[in-house]
Amino acid sequence: MVQNIIDVKNLSKSFDISSKEPGLKGTIKHFFRRKTKSLKVIKDISFEIKEGEIVGFLGANGAGKTTILKMLCGLIYPSEGSILVSGHLPYRRKENFLKNVTLIMGQKQQLIWDLPPIESFYLNASIYDLDKFEAKKRIKKLSEMLEIDEELFIPVRKLSLGQRMKSELLAALIHEPNILFLDEPTLGLDINAQRNLRKFLQKYNQETNATICLTSHYMKDITSLCKRVICVHEGSISYDGKLDLLLKKLSPVKEILIVCRSEKDAIKLVNSGFTVKNKIKNEITIKIENNSITSSLKTILNNFEIEDLFINEPPIDEVIGKVLIKKDYDI
Amino acid sequence: MNLRKYLKVYKKFLHTSLASELEYKANILVDLITAILSLVGSIFLLSIFFQNNGYIGGWKFEQALIIQAIYTILNGVTNTWFNPNLTEIVKHIREGTLDFVLLKPIDSQFFISLKKINPSGFLEIMLGFFLLLFCIRINQINLSLSFLSLSLITMGCSICILYSLWFFISTTTIWFVKTWNAIEVLRSFLYIGRFPLNSFSFSLRVFFSIFIPIAFITTIPSEVFLGLSQMWKILLEVIVASVFLITSRKFWLFALKFYSSASS
Repeated sequence: MVQNIIDVKNLSKSFDISSKEPGLKGTIKHFFRRKTKSLKVIKDISFEIKEGEIVGFLGANGAGKTTILKMLCGLIYPSEGSILVSGHLPYRRKENFLKNVTLIMGQKQQLIWDLPPIESFYLNASIYDLDKFEAKKRIKKLSEMLEIDEELFIPVRKLSLGQRMKSELLAALIHEPNILFLDEPTLGLDINAQRNLRKFLQKYNQETNATICLTSHYMKDITSLCKRVICVHEGSISYDGKLDLLLKKLSPVKEILIVCRSEKDAIKLVNSGFTVKNKIKNEITIKIENNSITSSLKTILNNFEIEDLFINEPPIDEVIGKVLIKKDYDI
Repeated sequence: MNLRKYLKVYKKFLHTSLASELEYKANILVDLITAILSLVGSIFLLSIFFQNNGYIGGWKFEQALIIQAIYTILNGVTNTWFNPNLTEIVKHIREGTLDFVLLKPIDSQFFISLKKINPSGFLEIMLGFFLLLFCIRINQINLSLSFLSLSLITMGCSICILYSLWFFISTTTIWFVKTWNAIEVLRSFLYIGRFPLNSFSFSLRVFFSIFIPIAFITTIPSEVFLGLSQMWKILLEVIVASVFLITSRKFWLFALKFYSSASS
């Protein structure tokens, strides 16, 4: 049986936030008497993650995804509740725990700006107490997986964002951690760079059985990497389960574009009882429930003069977008 | 603490920061010229003060030069290690890159205090030592083992006090986010350390001994060089330095509990 590697129970986090009224008067008031209030950004959440799982955290901006990730890796203290990661209390940041985890943030970097990435890799290797031979072996292996070579010897400031992100990944993985926390790792990357990064993460997970917790606003990252998602809405978990179940629940119908031979045929189809979304001359878009697709298509093809037919999946971004604004999903 | 690992990491720190600095040759050259001009300017200023009066606060010009030499060494240490690292703490906290430091299996205070060096500060340290050797000659000071060890102890304590003060102020960034001004105030107080403590009024002497211990930073090591220091003063400096160092360490560990990282 696969062990739980992350165990979170009734976790909450509050921050003291100060607010300021607009204008000069507000600024002066804010300077002398700062109004602060305690804001609960994570509210009593519980979940477990098994070893080797890839879990995507979904939520709107400010929902609390990054705060959860930062508590899991031990950067910030929880206000209430308990977290166990690989048998450790993360916020104690014990050496054995830190040697097992890594955090990669799409918008922050740890590489030394003026030097080639290779220098940062060897610095990290010495921090993780790796000897030169072992470090060299790991750099070679990871750079082959990430398909980077010459870039290792070019100053970071001269690298493209995609090359830099690959180097960041290498720097963060040189100690071969078994838990990866990724906070929007594909942010700002072009489509090819995003795809390569996803390919690498998939391969890394398969080869090392590492657990990956990922936040991303690019739905492609989530759909191609995560079987399970945790949706966060205003600090609470609104859904925790399989991604495909969520998608089925959220989009129970498919759209079918039918090109009829003539407008007369199209009118006949409109009047046959299907739910029509729109009609332009001889082209009709109808909505059919997922569980009756086969029988409905059979009826259409047998009874109407059809020139062409397209089955459209609703755009994933549109579907997931519904999760970000809804509080609860019972599936 | 694994000393071998820490030495290995420090060697890497030295290597990477030297390599980073050497990427910008012109900047290094300007820094070196500035260090030389700054020392010449300070000695010139000191000589103006002594032009009409042979003594200030009971110190002759030749004796006051020792304070200048010690100040130059300490300023060199500041520019080599404290300035590039401790001012960076503010940036680490504001931009949230402290996250990377805290997630490394290494002492975070060691990492943020020693990661970078500024090679041009070395020149200042060397210039300070040359000036000190010159002062030893003109003041006809006899070098002995006990004299050398006392000098090293007091200078080491001065560095510890200076580091702790600076580190303490930088740590408050965790709550106040911006503390550049406080560091600038500390640096301006250090300029005062170029002059003998006795040249100030009684109230200022008390202030610079108790609240901002400038007296401990430059005057006591200088008195050791001139054979004017009493043992109790040296012992007091050792105690003050230890208390400052331990307090800054405890304060850092306490402050980290309040670190909330920057939003992404």
